Amino acid sequence: MTRKKVWVASLAAPVMIATLLLLAGSPSVTATDQSSAATAGVKIDNFSFGPQTLTVPVGATVVWTNRDDIPHTAVSTDGVFKSKVMDTDEKFSYTFAKAGTYPYYCTIHPKMTGQIVVQ
Amino acid sequence: MTDKKPDLIDQTLQDLNNDGIDRRGFLKCMAWAGTGLVWTLSGGIPVSRAFAKNIGKYAGKGGDFSFVQISDSHMGFNKPANPDVIATLQAAVNQINGLATPPEFLLHTGDISHLSKPEQFDNVDQILKSSTAKDVFFVPGEHDVLDDNGKSYLDRYGKSAQGSGWYSFDHKGVHFIGLVNVMNLKAGGLGSLGGEQLEWMEKDVKHLKHSTPVVVFAHIPLWSVYPEWGWGTQDSAQALAYLKKFGSVTVLNGHIHQTMQKVEGSVTFHTAMSTAFPQPQPGKADSPGPMKVPAEQLSSLLGITDVNYVRGQHSLAVVDSTLG
Repeated sequence: MTRKKVWVASLAAPVMIATLLLLAGSPSVTATDQSSAATAGVKIDNFSFGPQTLTVPVGATVVWTNRDDIPHTAVSTDGVFKSKVMDTDEKFSYTFAKAGTYPYYCTIHPKMTGQIVVQ
Repeated sequence: MTDKKPDLIDQTLQDLNNDGIDRRGFLKCMAWAGTGLVWTLSGGIPVSRAFAKNIGKYAGKGGDFSFVQISDSHMGFNKPANPDVIATLQAAVNQINGLATPPEFLLHTGDISHLSKPEQFDNVDQILKSSTAKDVFFVPGEHDVLDDNGKSYLDRYGKSAQGSGWYSFDHKGVHFIGLVNVMNLKAGGLGSLGGEQLEWMEKDVKHLKHSTPVVVFAHIPLWSVYPEWGWGTQDSAQALAYLKKFGSVTVLNGHIHQTMQKVEGSVTFHTAMSTAFPQPQPGKADSPGPMKVPAEQLSSLLGITDVNYVRGQHSLAVVDSTLG
């Protein structure tokens, strides 16, 4: 694992992102770093996960950061991952070893939903 | 029981009845919340009167009693919206201790703690010990059942409760039902009571006379306040169906950190202010997160709810009062 953060939205794949946005109809970010050490972030802000759909390569680590004044969780709907409660500025990370679509939500505020697409 | 002309609250309730939540009705609601009106429910018809000149009539009658609802103390919260939730909870208790009619017990409708930590529950318990009302009945908020599926909450507050913490009790002819709607929430959904609790509730009210006044209390509103922010309970209609036969039902909730009410037939829904921090009006902000207001305004947006029961009339008077 490296500490390198891949904020690909502004660096590597604007066209692909635009395409994904059109296809998914919701904000998406794609991490295209093919190394197994890719890292991508989800910010929790104003009771929502941003981006709501995050696409990462197999092996990537996703880091959730809570920017709200209220605690949140990120819990896989299918039981794949489950964060502890994140208070303000606390983080949770999970490394996705297998391709697939992983819907998740905040168990405290279940209206908050998102998904990680691993490909 | 009749006022000469319709006043603010009558219009508010009519608005709420006709339209659900609308902005005009809501703003009126907020306007009177801070001004201390009392209203009674008698035969399903709400009648409002000024608080100060009428509250004395509830004192001293045999069998009448009052209790106070407090909510959302969020002990442990320390963000700019209120860096001192200990002080504001203590102010709420001081206010309770100053009521003309001492309440016989307190209801706490959840979010006792901010993060379910033992020291946060300890702090609340300690402050509530300074209340003249010694008995406190709790139901959990989602902040009280974090990480451990409610175990620490139940160990402390739910020893004689059923399931995830629901229970009922009777006091001077009024039947109280504490419900839990913050457990096992589903992705994309609202508050949830669940099948087991609903079955229990059906049995719990089955033997009661139709004339028994019923008070239901739970954290998340049991009516659809604003589903976009999760302010509702997805299976509350089933619970309310069990209460249809009763002539007087009062539903007390918290969670939304502001007062709102609605009357539907013989059912009155009411939400209480928080003792910790206000939240925005539905849809008036990007999210329902804590609302930062100028320090001098904070106490005018926090408060308690005093409920008076007058025996023989089956009527409950619900009085919101702010901390400042």
